[in-house]
Amino acid sequence: MTTDHSLVARRLTLGYGDRVVVDDLDLAVPPGRITAIVGANACGKSTLLRSMSRLLRPRAGQVVLDGAEVHRTPARQLARTLGLLPQSPVAPEGITVADLVGRGRHPHQGLLSRWSSADDLAVAEALEATETTGLADRSVDELSGGQRQRVWIAMALAQQTDVLLLDEPTTFLDVSHQVEVLDLLTDLNRSRGTTVVMVLHDLNLAARYADHLVALADGRVHAAGTPHEVLTEDCVRAVFGLDSRVVDDPTTGAPMMLPLGRHHVVGEGPVRRESSSESTP
Amino acid sequence: MSGADLRSARGASSTAAGAARIASVASDVARGRARRGRRRRAVIGLLAAAVLVVFVLTLMVGRTFYGPGEVLGVVLGQDVPGASFTVGRLRLPRAVLAIAAGLCFGLGGVTFQTMLRNPLASPDIIGISSGASAAAAFAIVTLSLDDAQVSAFAIAAGLAVAVLVYLLSKKGGVAGTRLVLVGIGVAAMLDSLTAYVLSGAAQWDLQEALRWLTGSLNGTSWPQVVPVLVALVVLTPVLLSRSRDLSVTQLGDDTASALGVRVDRTRLVVILAAVGLISFATAACGPIAFVAFLSGPIAARIIGPHGSLLVPSALVGALLVLVADVVGQFALGTRFPVGVVTGVLGAPYLIYLIVRTNRAGGSL
Repeated sequence: MTTDHSLVARRLTLGYGDRVVVDDLDLAVPPGRITAIVGANACGKSTLLRSMSRLLRPRAGQVVLDGAEVHRTPARQLARTLGLLPQSPVAPEGITVADLVGRGRHPHQGLLSRWSSADDLAVAEALEATETTGLADRSVDELSGGQRQRVWIAMALAQQTDVLLLDEPTTFLDVSHQVEVLDLLTDLNRSRGTTVVMVLHDLNLAARYADHLVALADGRVHAAGTPHEVLTEDCVRAVFGLDSRVVDDPTTGAPMMLPLGRHHVVGEGPVRRESSSESTP
Repeated sequence: MSGADLRSARGASSTAAGAARIASVASDVARGRARRGRRRRAVIGLLAAAVLVVFVLTLMVGRTFYGPGEVLGVVLGQDVPGASFTVGRLRLPRAVLAIAAGLCFGLGGVTFQTMLRNPLASPDIIGISSGASAAAAFAIVTLSLDDAQVSAFAIAAGLAVAVLVYLLSKKGGVAGTRLVLVGIGVAAMLDSLTAYVLSGAAQWDLQEALRWLTGSLNGTSWPQVVPVLVALVVLTPVLLSRSRDLSVTQLGDDTASALGVRVDRTRLVVILAAVGLISFATAACGPIAFVAFLSGPIAARIIGPHGSLLVPSALVGALLVLVADVVGQFALGTRFPVGVVTGVLGAPYLIYLIVRTNRAGGSL
């Protein structure tokens, strides 16, 4: 299995209606690594991901996978190399976990070709990797948020693509489930060499789990590189309009952003003024 | 099994033990799929058998009873005194149209409900049947056209209504409750148009009026039946060839595209085929109330959420129309057109769905 796929956006301009969301953007996804895209709300993260997976046709520029423009690649063929888990997928009422995960095999099945043992194996591997084997016969409606997200990831895994794009895979999950999902994606990347590209909201989790961090601002790449190169106090100010302190996470060594709000910060800001007024008689 | 066990199992997945474990899960997956497949085939077989049994019974039973031998003789084209007329000219076309229209309504209804991910978005609720019916009534009563022209007229109207409802509801997300509400409004307008056309035709009796308002099989003859059969033969394979794409689109447009389905093209083809089936059937026997709306949910309840609902719901539609027609003819003292009986069945379910929609805050 060749896993070194090159995925590149060249001078990409995207928009809905009159609104331009992504403007003349260049981006190269490092093959076999985990890339996290971060940025403020409405900066074009999800739009970029949708376009990279052929869902949104560019106004200008192109997305190129292994030298071929994705918008000119037949849908089914592309879906065997590149998978996408959208932000809010819909589960049909009453569908079981095994059935939902099995839908991931769609691009591998022809119009007339029957379900094969390779399909069963792919579903089994996906269930095992996401630890959802025990849920296989349950209805998706009955599952908790964390379980449901793992099932959706299992569906994307059953698709067996070498490149996997995920739009905020940790939204609506509590912190333990967020870590669980990101650990799972890291396992996948390490064991199979899957190229992972994900949009994440949490900067610190992004900096911890990504090999390559991309910060978007106003539809352009503000900075791209290793987490240490990208996650700086200047960058956080430019991208989020937020003053912050960036320190090294003592548990992982990854950069960690601590926001400086207007309250509660010890040694600076309003807190210091209060304490100094106390010391003056 | 605890999470720690699973994690250690996964850690060993490169080893033989891990591979064996995955193989055993794969065979579980295969067994589950085979079990569901057997159940599905059994249910489909039973439904088909039920349709056949009721079909034969409707040929035998009536004001005069004919035995299976006589009925078989008529079906095979022999000349059986008495039976040749009653069974061959009256009962057979009626029963064949009941099945054909039921198949059309069942297929068309479940296609819309699946495509729009909303059980209320069935063509008889959102105005497509009403459009086809109004056009057919206008074509027959006012323009005095022949059967083929009536079908063409009904199809054009069905498509026009589909486009109209789509355009009117486009703003708020097409799959939403908005489309259903717009459709109900359009349906009400078209139904009053039908009533207007019928009121202008004094020579038409009440039975004929009821055909276009609720659907009726009374006085069915072969020239009415043939276009519906042709539509079934042409359009059913089109729908069936898209059935897997259709079930993947249930996961949402983005997910379906990511799985390699060309969502727009699938939607276009499937909706054209469904509108065609509904319109042809409506042109022949009127918009038999609620059959399109009921067949899919009943089939889903019987067969479970596995795989495509197209075939089961087509069979449920055929069975509904056949049984409702028998009930309307013989069980109630007076003879009622089939649409009155299916209307009585469908209305409570519609109320139930609307109540449930309100409780769930508008999402289905």
